[in-house]
Amino acid sequence: MKTNHKKKIKAPLTVEQKIKRRTFISFGAFVALGGSAAAGWNWLLNAPEETPGITGGTRAPLRRALNKTELFFRNLFSNKHLVKTYPIMEAAKTPRVNSLIGIEDDEDFDVSRWKLVVKLKNLKDQHISIEALKALPKTEIVYDFKCVEGWDEIQHWAGVKLSDFLSYFKLEEEAKKQYLGLETPNGAYYVGLERESILHPQTLLAYEMNGKPISIEHGAPLRLIVPVKYGIKNLKRIGTMSFSDKRPRDYWAEQGYDYYSGL
Amino acid sequence: MKVIKEKHSLLMRWTHWVNFPVLAVMIWSGLFIYWANDAYGISIFGFSFIKFFPEWFYDYFHISGRLAEGMAFHFLFMWFFFINGLLYILYTVFSGAWRELLPNKHSFKEAWLVLLHDFHIRKTIPPQKKYNAAQRIVYTAIIFMGIGSVATGLAIYKPVQFYWLCWLCGGYHFARILHFALTIGYVLFFLIHIIQVVIAGWNNFRAVVAGFEVVEEQVKFNPEPLIPQKPEDKDENKP
Repeated sequence: MKTNHKKKIKAPLTVEQKIKRRTFISFGAFVALGGSAAAGWNWLLNAPEETPGITGGTRAPLRRALNKTELFFRNLFSNKHLVKTYPIMEAAKTPRVNSLIGIEDDEDFDVSRWKLVVKLKNLKDQHISIEALKALPKTEIVYDFKCVEGWDEIQHWAGVKLSDFLSYFKLEEEAKKQYLGLETPNGAYYVGLERESILHPQTLLAYEMNGKPISIEHGAPLRLIVPVKYGIKNLKRIGTMSFSDKRPRDYWAEQGYDYYSGL
Repeated sequence: MKVIKEKHSLLMRWTHWVNFPVLAVMIWSGLFIYWANDAYGISIFGFSFIKFFPEWFYDYFHISGRLAEGMAFHFLFMWFFFINGLLYILYTVFSGAWRELLPNKHSFKEAWLVLLHDFHIRKTIPPQKKYNAAQRIVYTAIIFMGIGSVATGLAIYKPVQFYWLCWLCGGYHFARILHFALTIGYVLFFLIHIIQVVIAGWNNFRAVVAGFEVVEEQVKFNPEPLIPQKPEDKDENKP
C-alpha cells in the first residue's frame, strides 16, 4: 500500500547521517548568506556616485544613509543641550589655523571697507558694519572646538549671538525659513546651516578671539562660531548671509561630507 | 558512541557571523577617519616605539585621504553594529544564556589553570560547561568592549547632544582615545581567537555554524533503551 511505502522511506536516520545532513544544510546556508553579503558589499563598493548638486562626492546609497541618519539625530537635538564651557585660562593662546579656503585667494579684500551683506528676497539687501554688530550685547564662549579631522582645541571667542543679531536687525521673519547660508566675500567658501543650529544659544557671529579682534587668518573681521557643528561649518570672514527653505550650497557637502555635520 | 549535542543557539550564531564583517567594515572605515588626525602611539620614557600608524601601513591599505568616505561608511555600518549587538545582548539576557557566559566566582582562579593548560604547563583542565573560565572572562569582556565602543563612539559623534555620555567617557578628547584603544583590543582579540579556533578544531568550529557538537558518549548504565536523540527532528532544517 502507498502509506506503507512512505513509511519505509522515512526510516530513522543514523547519528552519522544526521550529523552529515545538518552539517551540509548549515554550511550550505552559511555559504549562501555569506555570498549574498559579499554581493551586497560589492554593490555598495561599486555604487555610482551621487549626482553632483548641493551635496556630492560620495556613493549615492551612502549619501541617502547620511541624510536618513541626520533626520534621526535631529530628533534628539535640543537648544537646551549646551556645549561644555571652560575657564578662560584653559583656552589656547595661539589657536590652530587649519584652512584658509575663501581667505587666501582673495587679495582684493579690504577689512576696513567690509560690511556684512544680508540678502533678502523682494527687499533691498542690508549692509551692516562691524561697529553696528559690536554695539549689540556681547557674548563670550570658551569651548572645545572640534574639527572633522578629529582634533579638538579649547578656544575663546566673543561676538554677538546669532539669535540676538536676528532679532535686533528684524530678521526673525526671514529666519523662519529652514536654512541659513553664509559665504565668504569672494564666494570661495560657503556653508549652509539648518534653523535649529542657527538659533542655538551658543551660536555666535564672532569678532573677537582671546579678547582681541580676530586676526586675518582666523577670519577677520567676522566669522561664525557654531559649537554644535564641526569646524567645517564655522565659516571665516562672513561676506553674505541669506535665508532659504532649501539647503544652501555647502563647500564640504559637495565633497562627500555629511551636510548636517552636527555634534 | 557518537551523540549530537546542541551547543550554540541560532541567534548566537547569526549575530556572531553578522558581527564579523560589520566590525571589519567599522575598523576599515574607522582607519580612514583616524588617519586625518593620527595622533596616537605608545611611548615609554619618551622613546616612542609604536606609532599608529606608520606610512607604509597607510600605503599598503590605501587609507590616506579618504576621511569623507570613511565617515560615510562608518555612520551607516554603526547602525548594523549596534542593532546586531543589541540583539545578541537582549537574547543573552532573556534566554538565560548569560548563565553560561558571565564569569562566576571560580572563573578568575580557573582561568589561570586554563591558561597553564593552553601553554602545556598543566595537563588537566577544570571541568567546564559550554565555555571554560578563560572564555567566560574574555567573551564577556568583548561584549562590554562592544558596549564601550558604542558609548564612546556616540560620545564623539554627538558630544553636545549626548553631553552626559561624553562626560561619562572622560570628555571628548579622551573618549576618542578610548574608542581607538578598544579597536586595538578587538584586533588583539581577533588574532588570539583565530589561533584558538584553529587549535580547537573542526568540531568546535562547526558548532558555531551548525549549532551542534558531536561528543563521544560512554554507554552508561541505563535501564531505558538507548535513544540518544531528543525528538527534535525539526532542528534538522535549521541553517
